[in-house]
Amino acid sequence: MNILALFIIIPILTIIGILSTKDHRGTRIVSAIGMGLQLITSVVLIIMFYAERNAGNHADMLFMVDYMWFESLNIHYLVGVDGISVAMIALTSVVTFAGVFASWEVKDLPREFFISLIVLATGVFGFFISLDLFTMFLFYEVAVIPMYLLIGLWGSGPKEYSAMKLTLMLMGGSAILLVGLFGIYFNSDPSGASHYTFNIMEISKITIPMEAQRFFFPFTFIGFGILGALFPFHTWSPDGHASAPTAVSMLHAGVLMKLGGYGCFRVAMFLMPGAAHELAWIFIILTATSVVYGAFGAIWQKDLKYINAYSSVSHCGLVLFALLMMNETAMDGAIIQMISHGLMTALFFALIGMIYGRTHTRMINEMGGLMKIMPFLAVCYVIAGLASLGLPGLSGFVAEMTIFVGAFQHPDTFHRVVTILACSSIVVTAVYILRVVGVLLFGPIRNDEFLKLTDAKWFEKVSTVTLILAVAFIGIVPIWLSDLIRLSLKPILDQLSSF
Amino acid sequence: MINFSYTIWILIIPIFMFLLLGLLGMKFKPIISGVLGTIGLGVVMLLSYYAAYQYFFQLPRIDDAYQQILAHNITWLNLSASLQIKMGVFIDPISVMMLVVVSTVSFMVHLYSIGYMKGEKGFQRFFAFLSLFTFSMLGLVVATNIFQMYIFWELVGVSSFLLIGFYYERPSAVAASKKAFIVTRFADLGFLVGILLLSYYTKSFDFLNITGPVGIEVTRNLTQTFLGMSVATWALLLIFMGGAGKSAMFPLHIWLPDAMEGPTPVSALIHAATMVVAGVYLVARLFPLYAFAAPDALTVIAYVGGFTSLFAAVIACTQFDIKRVLAFSTLSQIGYMMLALGVSGYGGEKGLGYMASMFHLFTHAMFKALLFLGAGSIIHAVHSNYMNEMGGLRKYLPITHLTFLIACLTIAGLFPLSGFWSKDEILVAAYEHNKLLFVVEYLVAGLTAFYMFRLYFRVFWNKEPHYHHKPHESPLVMTIPLMFLAVASIFTGFLPFSQMVTSDRLPFESETNLMIAIPSVAIGLVGIFIAFLLYKKDNVLVGKIVTGLGGIYTTIYNKFYIDEVYMFVTKKIIFNLISRPVAWFDRHVVDGFMNGIAGVTVLASRKIKGAQSGQLQHYAFFFVLGAIAFALIFIYLWQ
Repeated sequence: MNILALFIIIPILTIIGILSTKDHRGTRIVSAIGMGLQLITSVVLIIMFYAERNAGNHADMLFMVDYMWFESLNIHYLVGVDGISVAMIALTSVVTFAGVFASWEVKDLPREFFISLIVLATGVFGFFISLDLFTMFLFYEVAVIPMYLLIGLWGSGPKEYSAMKLTLMLMGGSAILLVGLFGIYFNSDPSGASHYTFNIMEISKITIPMEAQRFFFPFTFIGFGILGALFPFHTWSPDGHASAPTAVSMLHAGVLMKLGGYGCFRVAMFLMPGAAHELAWIFIILTATSVVYGAFGAIWQKDLKYINAYSSVSHCGLVLFALLMMNETAMDGAIIQMISHGLMTALFFALIGMIYGRTHTRMINEMGGLMKIMPFLAVCYVIAGLASLGLPGLSGFVAEMTIFVGAFQHPDTFHRVVTILACSSIVVTAVYILRVVGVLLFGPIRNDEFLKLTDAKWFEKVSTVTLILAVAFIGIVPIWLSDLIRLSLKPILDQLSSF
Repeated sequence: MINFSYTIWILIIPIFMFLLLGLLGMKFKPIISGVLGTIGLGVVMLLSYYAAYQYFFQLPRIDDAYQQILAHNITWLNLSASLQIKMGVFIDPISVMMLVVVSTVSFMVHLYSIGYMKGEKGFQRFFAFLSLFTFSMLGLVVATNIFQMYIFWELVGVSSFLLIGFYYERPSAVAASKKAFIVTRFADLGFLVGILLLSYYTKSFDFLNITGPVGIEVTRNLTQTFLGMSVATWALLLIFMGGAGKSAMFPLHIWLPDAMEGPTPVSALIHAATMVVAGVYLVARLFPLYAFAAPDALTVIAYVGGFTSLFAAVIACTQFDIKRVLAFSTLSQIGYMMLALGVSGYGGEKGLGYMASMFHLFTHAMFKALLFLGAGSIIHAVHSNYMNEMGGLRKYLPITHLTFLIACLTIAGLFPLSGFWSKDEILVAAYEHNKLLFVVEYLVAGLTAFYMFRLYFRVFWNKEPHYHHKPHESPLVMTIPLMFLAVASIFTGFLPFSQMVTSDRLPFESETNLMIAIPSVAIGLVGIFIAFLLYKKDNVLVGKIVTGLGGIYTTIYNKFYIDEVYMFVTKKIIFNLISRPVAWFDRHVVDGFMNGIAGVTVLASRKIKGAQSGQLQHYAFFFVLGAIAFALIFIYLWQ
């Protein structure tokens, strides 16, 4: 059997398992086992991928499977992976695994909660393995819809408003995206015989007419970009995250937002390289703005989740920024940044959830001195903060430096100047991270009621330690990830350099 | 051929200690973690000494020049076909010298801390952080390429942050650690952009390439200019900005005095002897580039160094917190080192400034660590940082007193202590190059002697205040490092530095210029004498001078209000004029627009939803209306 099918089958089996359990305990144990298996499968996938490559298999995509499932429109269930999708799948598994443990004590409707969570993860896995635009879009919607339920039912604060806002904005993005995808589809047959296809690999072999590219590239790029928090379409993110339950914030910021960046390069830039070259400057300005704007926005926030949401805008802006630099190093950095940001933002949201669960507030000025009360969580928060501000030895540094060095290799002065602007975010990031750390964790204890609070429980430790290990592993030995990605960038670079 | 591959253990031991003490420290008794850390560092120190011995005395020289050896160099990250980040151990005169400095001071501080930090909460954490710092600093020193240096540079910064904020419950410590990190981060931005610029043209990060003939050739021939300065000058000035941040050069110095919030051994290790000279080390490391490709940048460095040394010495004369006096003195002395680099040329006798800078770095590390550890011993005894609350301590703290006196005489540059030799070389180099800076440095030499002996007389002589507990001498574990460093302060001046550490790695002969040495000792003595008159006993003259100076004194006492300027820029401009409007704009304009779209949609649907009323007569009415409308359109179009 094909290994990629496991990424769909395991979640489905897990859901069936959850349905057959009777109580809360059974539900979470089944979920943990299911997602643990998923994690192991992704590690096996990485090993198999390396083994195939070392055995001399240099096909662009490995483990490909193709079933026709809607003949009249030529829609296939077509899956396959390259190094980039493998890395993204590994990220998804780690974050989902940690997310299950972070939601260990969900009180209301645990069964429904875990099912929605796993459906969401399935959508993400499906998205990353798909090579057929339509199937890809389908999985994308599978991932977005449970989000509405998860926030609307298990959220906090103005949850109906946030759930509605998030879903509507993402649906709006989907609508724009769908225009782009159909635009590609109807231009996929240059012979004029109307043998259209959704197959990404086949479309990449033909050249879509420039007029069509110019028209459809913005639709596709913005459609995916909305999910990747592209300025000025990012405002769903602060509200959405603020109301979402912990695991949902983790999965959403950690993984779902990455679908945007992934789609931008796998679909928009890969299939329409001409327009990508022509229009890149507009998006470079927008994304560089995101990078700096998000960081400055974060300085002023007082709610932990808002701070992190704005910080995500900044970090995700850097992903798209680097992709648009269109050289090997910068794009490599962009993908590492997606993974790095996914891990550390998931860590942040997990910790924020755990702190909120104890103090019942997310306002940093209402807390203080948590280092003394809950040292384990506080130390984890410091590590997450240091990762976020790009400390060497943690993943953020590797990603940022690869991006900056890569972007600076661009022969054009405009690009280099914008890169320097983007670099300045490292200072602003340090400002808001240290502000939070200083107010929240250090200093005197401001509320005596917090003195009786307890430190992390075992399942919370599992969740945070998993993420920290992943962040540190990438930070200390980055070369395996970097090379895994780099070797898979060749097709897209060839495609881009043909213009 | 001597194999230097064992030098990797110099890095492995401290990082192992950090992980061990950081993860399992709470399981050990405090004293065990302290001893473990100290033993680890002891081994590192011995390895460094062995490496230095082998390098300087056993390794054959090639064409009389010391070799540059890559003991280790592995690829850590591939960035592009030509650019890789490597990690390794680079052995050359300055890296070996720094290994000795860092490991010696770090070992002494470890040993001292066993006594000083006894009974503190977080004893294990303290030793874990010390190990982390030592690892980072050693990694910085042996960097084979500029990116490795940058990586460890950042790690050093974060360990400094963690150690300044060691007493994390104290708001002032938290604020100081934050300030230190952010100011140096801002400087590091310059460093990073400088690296990007430099590597863009030289296509390499490796020191051997960029400071070798090829790199120099490429940078020298850069024709691109930006705002009237060549790109090479820009790149090197930006890199110097990083160095100025770490080395607390004006105007990026503001974090260092506040960094004294950390435990005193930390101040001795990080903020006096090792980390703060990283900037000097960085410029020295890239010195061939500065000398050949950007002499303008060197001039800037000389003036920044000279100005800082004067500026800080003036402030040091007015401070009462003994650690702050020492902090400003550190600024001033690092200014000396920067100035020496700035006035230096490349090769042979022309490279005197370079040699003098490294020499002063070495001797300064010893006597400044001694001063700080001595200050720690004083603070340990009287539980205060303020010299007004001290006096007459020579009776109670005999060993501290004697070693402190030696350190004061050394920093004042008295013959034949080590400070005399290194400072003399700097003055000679300055004299040959720039008379203005030479005069400034003479003045600073006098000021240095004055403020150090102001401190000395105020603390050890003068009137004895009422002590709550009778002060007593520190335990042996603290005084042994003092004695060792005192011996080092006396004798390291006799090291033949010009035979070992030079700009082109070729030994040369340097001689003492009596015409410069004698007046420099004389001005030191004058400074000591004035301090003696004013501070040996309480002297009414002091008060009179202070009132006489009036506003000038207040301005100096308040450090020329530079901190206030920074506060204004960050709080008022960045927070209120940038960040706050951005946050508002995002919530009200961008998000308001999105909500507006939703609002319009809802409004529109509310307006037209009446049409779906379910009442037949309404539908019939609209049907007829529609039919008429279509009929009209058709008739109209038909014509």
